[in-house]
Amino acid sequence: MDALDVSRWQFGITTVYHFILVPLTIGLAPLIAVMQTMWVVTKKDHWYRLTKFFGKLFLINFALGVATGIVQEFQFGMNWSEYSRFVGDVFGAPLALEGLVAFFLESTFIGLWIFGWGRLPKLVHLATIWLVAIGVNASAFFIIAANSFMQHPVGAVYNPEKGRAELTSIWTLLTNNTALAAFPHVVAGAFLTAGTFVAGIGGWWMVRNMRKAKETTDTAVAAERESAARTMFRPVTIFALWVMVASGVALAITGDIQGKLMFEQQPMKMASAESLCHTETGAGFSILTVGTHNNCDNITHLITVPGLTSFLAKNDFNATVEGVTEIQARMEAQYGPGNYKPNLFVTYWTFRAMIGWAAGSALLAVVGLWMTRGGRVPDKKWFGWLSILMIPTPFLGNSAGWVFTEMGRQPWVVAPNPTGVDQIRLMVNQGVSDHPTALVWTSLIVFTVLYAALGVVWFWLIRRYAIEGPLPHDAHPPGEGPPEPDDSGTPKQLSFAY
Amino acid sequence: MGLQEFWFIAIAVLFIGYFVLEGFDFGVGMLFPVLGRTDTRRRVLLNTIGPVWDGNEVWLITAGGALFAAFPEWYATLFSGFYLPLLLILVALILRICAIEWRGKIDDPTWRARADLGIMIGSWVPAVLWGVAFANIVRGVGIDENKKVTSSFFELLNPYALLGGATTAIVFALHGAVFLALKTSGEVREDAVKVAARLSIPAVVVAGAFALWTQLAHGKGWTWILVAVAAAALVGVVALTAKAREGWAFALTTVAVIAAVALLFGSLYPYLMPSTTDDAYSLTIYNASSSPYTLKVMTWAAAFMTPVVIIYQGWTYWVFRQRISTAHIPPSIGLPLKSR
Repeated sequence: MDALDVSRWQFGITTVYHFILVPLTIGLAPLIAVMQTMWVVTKKDHWYRLTKFFGKLFLINFALGVATGIVQEFQFGMNWSEYSRFVGDVFGAPLALEGLVAFFLESTFIGLWIFGWGRLPKLVHLATIWLVAIGVNASAFFIIAANSFMQHPVGAVYNPEKGRAELTSIWTLLTNNTALAAFPHVVAGAFLTAGTFVAGIGGWWMVRNMRKAKETTDTAVAAERESAARTMFRPVTIFALWVMVASGVALAITGDIQGKLMFEQQPMKMASAESLCHTETGAGFSILTVGTHNNCDNITHLITVPGLTSFLAKNDFNATVEGVTEIQARMEAQYGPGNYKPNLFVTYWTFRAMIGWAAGSALLAVVGLWMTRGGRVPDKKWFGWLSILMIPTPFLGNSAGWVFTEMGRQPWVVAPNPTGVDQIRLMVNQGVSDHPTALVWTSLIVFTVLYAALGVVWFWLIRRYAIEGPLPHDAHPPGEGPPEPDDSGTPKQLSFAY
Repeated sequence: MGLQEFWFIAIAVLFIGYFVLEGFDFGVGMLFPVLGRTDTRRRVLLNTIGPVWDGNEVWLITAGGALFAAFPEWYATLFSGFYLPLLLILVALILRICAIEWRGKIDDPTWRARADLGIMIGSWVPAVLWGVAFANIVRGVGIDENKKVTSSFFELLNPYALLGGATTAIVFALHGAVFLALKTSGEVREDAVKVAARLSIPAVVVAGAFALWTQLAHGKGWTWILVAVAAAALVGVVALTAKAREGWAFALTTVAVIAAVALLFGSLYPYLMPSTTDDAYSLTIYNASSSPYTLKVMTWAAAFMTPVVIIYQGWTYWVFRQRISTAHIPPSIGLPLKSR
C-alpha cells in the first residue's frame, strides 16, 4: 500500500471509531436532559436515579468521544494537506464555527453539570445539561455542513490564480440542501442509537428486577425490586421505545429525501449502491446479489424488487435511472480518462447493512411496546436478552451508513457538483500529503492500537456500570439548593469529585 | 489594521488562551509525583481542574479550526510538517482525557495508578512539545517550493527548540504550582507554595535565557517590552511565592505566559512559517491567508462568540472558586474491579 491507501485507511479507522461514540453522545444528552427535567418537574426520586445512572454511562462515553475527536481536527492538515490547501478557505469556516459555537458550549457546561450537583440551583443545573444537549447537536450540524461541501460543493468559486476553492456565501454553505438532508438523518440515527441503548438497558433491568422479585422469599426485597421495575424502568423504557419509533420514522423519511438528492447530485454513488450496471427504465431494487463486484458485469442479481430503485430515485416506478457504465463514460468525457467508480462491493453491501441493521431497533421497539402494553411489566428472560442484544444494531447501522456515504464519494474527496462550479472538484490522490509511507504507517498503527486498547476499556466500563445498575448512593438527591459551603469548621465534602 | 493582521492576532489570542488555561492544567498533572503523595492528595490536585480542564482544552481545538479557516496554507504546512511531534501530542492528550474521566470509575489501586500515569504522560509530553514546536515555528524550518517542510524530526530537536521545550515545561509546572496554591487549602497548599518557590528561580533562568535568545535572534525593537514584562513577572513570582501571596503570584505567572506567547508571535510577525531554505518559500500572513470574504465572516463570528465564551467560562471559574483540601474529597464511589 502506498501513502494514499494508508492515509485512507487511517482516516476511515479513526472516523468510524469516533462515530461509534458520537451518536450515543448526541442522542443520550437530550434523553438525560429529559430524565432530569422529569425529576425537576415531578419531584420523583426515581427520575433522579435514572438521570444519575444513565449520566454515568454518558460520561464514560463522552470522554472517549472527545479524545478521538481531537485527532480529527488535526488529521486534515497532517495527512491531507493538499486537500486542506484546496478547500481550507471554505472548509475551515464550519470547523472554526464548530469550535467557537459548539465545543466551548458543551465542554464548559458538561463540567458544570458533572460538578454542579448540589452546588448550582436546581433549575440552573438543569439548564446546563440542556446546553450540553444543544452543544453536541450544534457541533453535528457544523461538521455535517463541512462534510456536505465535500459531497456537493456550494457557496464557493474557483480561484485559478491561487488554485483553490474560495467561499462566496457562508449562508449557502450552511444551507446546502445536502447538509439540510444529512443533518436530520444523522441526528435521527443518533436518537435511534441512544433510544435503543436506554430501552435495551431499561428492558433488561425491568426483566431482571421482576425475576429477582419472584425468586426472593424476603417480601420487602421483592416489593422493592418490583417497584423498581414498575415505577422506574418501565416508564424510562417506554419513553425510549417511543423515541426509537419517532427517530425510526424520521430516519426513513430523511433517508428517502437524501437518496433522491443523491440520485441528482452523486448519481455514481447511488448507481453503485444499487449495483445498477446499465441505465434502466423502471429499475428494480436489488436485495441479494452474488459476484465479486470487481467487474460490474459479473454480478448476478438473485432477488430484485421491480421498479423500486426508480421510485426511490424519482418517485416514479417507471423512471429511467442511469447506470454505472453510462455514468463512467459521461464522466470520462467530462473530466478526462480515469476510473470514476467507487468500490461497488462496499457501497452495495454497506447500503443494505445500514438499512438492515435498523431492523434490530425496529424489532425491539415493536416487541417492547407490545410487552409493556396496558401496565404490563415483562419478566420473560428472552425479552431481557433481546433488549441487550439489540443495543449494538444502531451502532452498526450508523457505521455502515457513513462507510457508504464516504466510500460512495470515491475517488473524489470533493465530488463535482453537477450544477455547480466545474473546477471545484478534487480526487483523493490529489488531496493526500506527500509523506513517506512509513510515516503514515506509524500513525496508523499508533492510533489503531491506542484506540483498540481504549475501546476495550470503554466497553468494559460501560458494561460494568450497566450491570451494576443504579447505585445505592444515588438513591436520593443531595441536599436541595446551593448554600455556599463555608470553610469554617468541618468542610462540606464535594458532591462529586473525580 | 487589515483582516490578515487581525487574524494573526486572533490566532495568537487563541493560543494565549490555550497556554494560560491549559498551562496550569498541565502543571497540575506534571506535579502529580511531587504533590500527590497519597490518593486523596492526588484527587485534590485533579479536582482543582475538574470542572474546567475540558473547556480549557477547547481553546486548542478552536485555535486549530481558526488556523484552518484563516490561514489554510499554514495549517496544511505546519501540521503535515510537524507530523511526529503532533502525533505524540495527540496520543498524550487522548491518554490524559480518558485517564482524568475514568480514574475514579473503578475503586482499585492498580487502576488508579495507571490513570495517574496517563495523566502525567498526558501533561508532560504536550508541555514540552508545544515549546519545541513553537520555537521551531519562530526559528524557521526547511520549506521547499511545494510548501513542504523538509526538516526531519531530529532537526526539530535543535538547541533553541529544546530550550523552548524546557521553558514551557518549567513555566507550566510553576504556573500549575501557583494555581494549586491558590485553589487548595491545608497541607496541599503549603506544599504547593514550597514547590512554587523552588521552581520559581530555575524558571526565571530557563525562561529568561529562552526569551533573550528569541529576542536577540528573531525579535523586533518593540518586543523588548514583552521580554521585560515576562522577566519582571517571573521575578515578581519569585518574590510573591516566598511570601505565599498566591493570588498575585498567579496573576503574574499568567502575565508571564501571555507575554511569552506574545513574544513568540510578535517575533514571528508578519511571517507564519519562515523558510530556512529560501525566503521566497516562507509563509506569511499575506500569502497564506484565506480570501477576504472568509476572513470577514470569521471576524463576525469571533466578535460575537468570543465574549460569550469568555463570560460563561469566567462564570464557571466563579462557581467553582472554592478552595479544596483533602477534607473536601468524598470517599471513592467507583465500582470495585470485580462485580459482586
